[in-house]
Amino acid sequence: MKTPIYMDYSATTPCDPRVVQRMLPFFTETFGNSASRSHAFGWTAEAAVDHAREQVAALIGAHPKEILWTSGSTEANNLAIKGVAQMYRQKGNHLITAVTEHKAVLDPMKYLETQGFEVTFLPVNRLGHVDLEQLAFAMTDRTILVSLMAANNEIGTLHPLAKIGALCKQKGVLFHTDATQAPGKIELDVESQHIDLLSLSAHKLYGPKGVGCLYVRRKNPRVRLVSQMDGGGHERGMRSGTLNITGIVGMGEAAAIAKTELHSEVQKLLGLRARLQMRIMNSLPDSVVNGDQDARLPHLTNISFPYVEGESLIMGIKEIAVSSGSACTSASLEPSYVLKGLGLGDELAHSSIRFSLGRFTTEAEVDFAADRVIAEVNRLRAMSPLWEMVQEGIDLSQVKWTSH
Amino acid sequence: MAYSDKVLDHYQNPRNVGTLDKNALDVGTGVVGAPECGDVMKLQIKVGDDGRILDAKFKTYGCGSAIASSSLATEWLKGASVDDAAQIKNTQIVEELALPPVKIHCSVLAEDAIKAAIEDWRKKQAARIAASAASHS
Ligand SMILES: Cc1ncc(COP(=O)(O)O)c(C=O)c1O
Repeated sequence: MKTPIYMDYSATTPCDPRVVQRMLPFFTETFGNSASRSHAFGWTAEAAVDHAREQVAALIGAHPKEILWTSGSTEANNLAIKGVAQMYRQKGNHLITAVTEHKAVLDPMKYLETQGFEVTFLPVNRLGHVDLEQLAFAMTDRTILVSLMAANNEIGTLHPLAKIGALCKQKGVLFHTDATQAPGKIELDVESQHIDLLSLSAHKLYGPKGVGCLYVRRKNPRVRLVSQMDGGGHERGMRSGTLNITGIVGMGEAAAIAKTELHSEVQKLLGLRARLQMRIMNSLPDSVVNGDQDARLPHLTNISFPYVEGESLIMGIKEIAVSSGSACTSASLEPSYVLKGLGLGDELAHSSIRFSLGRFTTEAEVDFAADRVIAEVNRLRAMSPLWEMVQEGIDLSQVKWTSH
Repeated sequence: MAYSDKVLDHYQNPRNVGTLDKNALDVGTGVVGAPECGDVMKLQIKVGDDGRILDAKFKTYGCGSAIASSSLATEWLKGASVDDAAQIKNTQIVEELALPPVKIHCSVLAEDAIKAAIEDWRKKQAARIAASAASHS
């Protein structure tokens, strides 16, 4: 087995070799600019872009004309949120989202707050769900957009898109979903789920980095946006800039594979995830699985290991590439805002690890990872004063700590 | 984040992990930090009649740098006089372990733990002297 073992597929995925094969000719042979209307180089590029548009549209049940290429989900989210807010300002200035969204949704929302918009950041329950009654209650005749993600990137909790979409439709409010983590993992269908805007990113779906798209509904209702990138008028003026043809071709192929292999892939991932989680929970029964264990992405499990700290655990299992809920690793000492949003105490948030499996994960890797985690948690507990106190019967919540 | 070789060494082979009897009169115990901040250090010293530290033990909940800081502290404490131990500064730990700026708080915590352990030992000695003075009068 080759180490380090990659178990961070929610951060990014390797390109599927089939995707790379499709992309290669577009670097050197058919390298044209799809905006060149006067020669075959341009036409070939345009045909490739159109084909990719069909592939991505098919993945989410959309029409190809409703797909707008971007540099990834961050840009797609920014375009959706700021573009809608600026376009519909006359209608209202209120937007709704939730505290567990990705920063690429939260930060555009916060920006809009500085521009005179009002944003409701809905809380979530312990499993990561918003209360739909509370959502309905938050909507007023000034509300123009609800943005709620399809699947949470840290805990994997799935929002009930069809229900949220139906509610938005009934109230006449546009519904955007950041679906970055969802394709190839759950069914996406913009019609039955009543989605008006949807963000995707290729690098979470075995495609290349730096390319993504925004689905923008064309009818019932026709959604209009104010562009955020102006120039040559590409993408019907909504997103100027020469298209990233190689990336787009790759994203199209990645989407086609995700669609055809959805069911077999989900079955495989569910099996591997259950194996990993069970092995760990059987040996370390006081561990806590975070998020909703039923409505959850099939490839991800986020587990807190009480009495050991996440960064030291990650350091000890360096043969396994995973993410920590303690953001110490990214230079700030704050525990994950998503886990805090669930109401998890800082201590549990600090001790959490996100394992995300993928297309190339094997059973042997899962067993190795589980065994390494179990051994390391036991080693760190043997040097943890918290673990010692708990063994002595001390209730940690009653201890007077000296914070610094 | 890249760790220095010294941090990695202390993390992988921590020195003096363990527990001394916190009720013993010659043992001083310091517990600093808080679980919600992501680090708690327990540092203990056992002091001889001559005021020298005979033994030092630690247990730490925290990142690798916190574990390394407390492990290093126990190495420095063993054999030192209590007065010298009280002079240990967090900056010495930062330097020895090459801690980056975001990890300086780990060294501060280690210094606090040393001070707390000494303080606890001193209190016990003062109480012992007071008790024996009372029994002689
Ligand atoms: C839920 C979610 N939204 C947005 C993003 C950002 O995507 P991108 O890297 O394509 O900008 C990510 C990935 O980090 C994500 O997980």
